[in-house]
Amino acid sequence: MSATASIDSPLARVRTWWIILRICIEERLIYRGDFMLGTLMRFLPIVTQIFLWTAVFSAVQGRGASGGGTTTIAGYEKDELIAYFLLTMVARAFSSMPGLASGIARSIRDGSIKKYLTQPVDMIGFLFLSRVAHKLVYYTVATLPFALVFYLCRDFFPPIPGWQTWLAFLASLVMGFVFGFFLEASIGMIGFWFLEVSSLLFVYMLFSFFLSGHMFPIDMLDGVTIVGDTSWGDVVRALPLHYLAYFPAAVYLEKIQGDELVRGLWIELGWILALAALSYWAFRRGLRRYSAYGG
Amino acid sequence: MDRTAKTSMRPNYFRVFAVFARNSLVRDMTFRSNFIIEAISSLSWMFMNLGFYLLVFEYTPSIGQGTGWGKYEYFVFLSTTMFVNSLVQAFFMPNVEEFSEQVRTGGLDFAMLKPIDTQFLISLAKIDWSSLSNFVFALVLLGVSLSRIVYTPSLGAAILYPLYLLCGVAILYSLMIALAATSVWLGRNQNLYDFWFYITNFSRYPMEIYQGPIGTPLRQVFTFAIPILIVVNVPARFLALPLVEEDWLLAGYALLATAASLAGSRWMFLRALDSYRSASS
Repeated sequence: MSATASIDSPLARVRTWWIILRICIEERLIYRGDFMLGTLMRFLPIVTQIFLWTAVFSAVQGRGASGGGTTTIAGYEKDELIAYFLLTMVARAFSSMPGLASGIARSIRDGSIKKYLTQPVDMIGFLFLSRVAHKLVYYTVATLPFALVFYLCRDFFPPIPGWQTWLAFLASLVMGFVFGFFLEASIGMIGFWFLEVSSLLFVYMLFSFFLSGHMFPIDMLDGVTIVGDTSWGDVVRALPLHYLAYFPAAVYLEKIQGDELVRGLWIELGWILALAALSYWAFRRGLRRYSAYGG
Repeated sequence: MDRTAKTSMRPNYFRVFAVFARNSLVRDMTFRSNFIIEAISSLSWMFMNLGFYLLVFEYTPSIGQGTGWGKYEYFVFLSTTMFVNSLVQAFFMPNVEEFSEQVRTGGLDFAMLKPIDTQFLISLAKIDWSSLSNFVFALVLLGVSLSRIVYTPSLGAAILYPLYLLCGVAILYSLMIALAATSVWLGRNQNLYDFWFYITNFSRYPMEIYQGPIGTPLRQVFTFAIPILIVVNVPARFLALPLVEEDWLLAGYALLATAASLAGSRWMFLRALDSYRSASS
């Protein structure tokens, strides 16, 4: 069998991807201690957020003490808001891609991207699989701390929603992962045009932190109008960043339902396809400019 | 090592620091546009942060009922957080981050060979001047907030404020250096920065919010065991809220905690150096 034939046959292709996936999983497991510690640490901000919002709600309650009924902020009760933050943690566990964009930019700068050019491996595909591996390992290691935290916080959650909501929630999580991947990959490709992208990445990080709904539910922005009927909430919802954190959490809490939900998922799919196309296009265009520095 | 030789070539720490500061500034000014971009990006972080709290105060009159932390009182608190963080980021953050890398690559050998205190060298070699833009931002925010709050701080409180700000910086520095020291034992320590961020996260809010069966022990741990709650709370209180007796007790304790943190982290750092085995070549 010639080398080219073996690479082209579908079975061999599957085998190649399988081996890549396995290598990546093994590589990820080397630093499991580091990994576990990192996962636990990630829950610390939730603790401060619970206290912060409890304090905020107590003040809001104090102001309107005479009126009955439950206190809400932007349509969220206190428990619901805390559940929201916990759910964004899950969403971020799917959509965050630490070091992906900067890794691509670095490999362009230091020349290690050559390894993808000389080998019969598609770089974006390889990186995608390595992220899948990363996430698989992450969930395996992180399930325990996640389960523990969610169990401890179970009282914050509303009754478990129906299967349709679950299905939409799962879809939004998986799509959040793919969306996050192609978004960061596209940003990383900018490294072909600019050698130093770290400040650009910082700006992206900043925006994604605030506009993804990681810090507060985007519904809170609905009350802040820019001009006329348009509020900041409308603007942020038009941006795709809320798929990284807000969207899955809002789906689970049934803040987004029915037609709005279906439309949201379709738009997300559209963004995924657009960003995937963009990243491949940028990669091809970038290679034409690329001049392979470094050893 | 010969003790007399050591004392005879004792370096002038202040002058060495001045040279570090100058060199860092020269380097920053060499890549001037990079410097400006960095200053702008850290400022935009501050604006976003402020935006978040402006949003929160759209919905609530204060943080916690009856705590006194209204909008502008809290902004005094926030600017205090920014002061402390900008100082830590400017002077220590870039160095301590590098320390873990030096341990991993064996570059620490060179730092240890130099005839100067290793902790001093690895803590202050680089200064990130652009982080001080946040300091200026905090100054403006503090000025605006102070003009809006009802309470007027006494002269004594105003004098003590910068002192306690420095105590806060010292506590955070100690925590940072102690964490960095662990990278000698753990080898790889990529989570260091995350860990630091998550721990200091607790210091960002008024300590009154930590209440209840979990909050109270948490407040005690972060006041007495790892004293990060004092870092911002003590100085901010001096300016924003009328002082009660309890505050003076806390202020007295803060001095003690600062000294203990510095001594403890120093001890830990030296212990770490003792068990350092050069890596790589």
